Amino acid sequence: MGSSAEFFQHLMNGMTLGGIYALIALGYTMVYGILKFINFAHGDILMVGSYIGLFTFDAIRGQTLGPWTIVAFFIAMLAGMLFSAGLGMAIERIAYKPLRKATRLAPLLSAIGVSFILSNMAAWMWGTKSRKLEYPFDNTPLHIGGVSITPHQILILIVVIVMMVSLKLFVDKSRIGKAMRATSLDQDTAKLMGIKADRIIAITFAIGSALAATAGFLIALEIKVYPSMGTMTGLKAFVAAVVGGIGNISGAMLGGILLGLLETFGVALLGIPYGLRDTIAFVALIIILLVKPEGLLGKVEKEKV
Amino acid sequence: MILLETTKLTRAYGGVVAVSEVDFQVREGLITGLIGPNGAGKTTLFNNMTGLDTPTSGKVHFNGIDITNHSAHKICRMGIARTFQNIRLFKELSVLENVMVGLHFTTGKSPVTGRIGAAFHSYLRAREEYELMHEQAMKWLNFFHLEAFADELAKNLPYGHQRELEIARALATSPTILFLDEPAAGMNPFETDSLMKTIRRIRDLDITVVLIEHDMKLVMNICDTITVLNYGQNIAQGTPTEIRHNPKVIEAYLGKEEA
Repeated sequence: MGSSAEFFQHLMNGMTLGGIYALIALGYTMVYGILKFINFAHGDILMVGSYIGLFTFDAIRGQTLGPWTIVAFFIAMLAGMLFSAGLGMAIERIAYKPLRKATRLAPLLSAIGVSFILSNMAAWMWGTKSRKLEYPFDNTPLHIGGVSITPHQILILIVVIVMMVSLKLFVDKSRIGKAMRATSLDQDTAKLMGIKADRIIAITFAIGSALAATAGFLIALEIKVYPSMGTMTGLKAFVAAVVGGIGNISGAMLGGILLGLLETFGVALLGIPYGLRDTIAFVALIIILLVKPEGLLGKVEKEKV
Repeated sequence: MILLETTKLTRAYGGVVAVSEVDFQVREGLITGLIGPNGAGKTTLFNNMTGLDTPTSGKVHFNGIDITNHSAHKICRMGIARTFQNIRLFKELSVLENVMVGLHFTTGKSPVTGRIGAAFHSYLRAREEYELMHEQAMKWLNFFHLEAFADELAKNLPYGHQRELEIARALATSPTILFLDEPAAGMNPFETDSLMKTIRRIRDLDITVVLIEHDMKLVMNICDTITVLNYGQNIAQGTPTEIRHNPKVIEAYLGKEEA
């Protein structure tokens, strides 16, 4: 393998990983943008979504591989997304909304509590043994110019790109998207424009959670599903959101992809031991906080007097 | 006809009574001025009528309906709009988008009932909805001659235009009554003149205007009726001429003359 082929190989791997981080980071950043609050249960919503997707897929996939398998894959993904969206809205309604006027620490602690409840419930109901999604189709790598790409990677990239583009269009162009941006800029004024801010917040949680479920289901395709899978993945995606500039949607996308590339290239080219791979994200976090605390695309917020 | 009315409206912050038992009436079709020295409780009264704040006691009626405890978005949807003393535009949105946000709920009315049904309906006609909002928003920008700035970020507009944009955004919610909190603040005489013309044009659209203002030339010129607040109390109301000669008002502004 030539060195440029090797480079593209890592680029491909990094993009796939980064795309998944980006999908998760979007949920953190959207919720932060609107409520100035970090939803620490986000990773666990991802985990629940992955399980629901996995169960749905097992139930409907049938025995033989065929065109139906890929349809079943998407139906299962959708089921996970819908379930997580509902779960996200319910959590917001029960555990965060009543605390909106409390001290800033209260909803944060509530979120950590929800996170533990979800992961323990999952372990209790579904066991701690990790599960894997049965391959929906043949995963023999394709070789394109010395770079080997698995069909799963292609699927992941397609799903990630479709999700990001539709989200960006929705937020920038649609009526609800505009209401979302208005609410995140100034909630009181948005209400005075007749916007039901509470409804917009619920929608934000639904979308963020659905994106997390998608990411979780894609992880299930490549790696495994287990009750504590959301913790490290969620933390890293949170780092990605901060690196990109928390509250900024494009920032979360950029941060996620950068983090994926950094982890892949860090191990492959910079010779960082594989065992230290998980620390790369946090080193990046510390560096960005020292050098550009508002994040790559974040804006410096002037203190209002 | 009385369009909006407060009865014995009181708002206290702990021991500080900002507004005390104020009876305030807004008649349909008139331009009503609300004046008074700094700290008289004018903005507090506005906040309590538009749902941004809830009175400690007393009532607010709009078209005969008690709206005292209604939330801000509900009050807006009933036809009450406002602007702020310290301009509160969505600074990071474009000029056009600011007005489009004002059109949020009027465009959102769906013939399909139920949340999920309405959501799907809205999704299916997203483009149509966008074009409708765009057309309506441009109409309001044209009203203020702001169409050239449509794609500019709101924060980059010159100050006078920011004030106009805030009014345009409020008008986009199709109000029957419009509250303007110090619309002429920080304006030069030329801008103030143009603002006066604008307010008259808004009245001609059959929109009732209520304004807080310190610029006496503007107030005396365009208001049909004026209410004066001092230390949170309603001390006078009447036509500009009556107000100008009211001894209580003169005292509030200039202090009591030594005997």
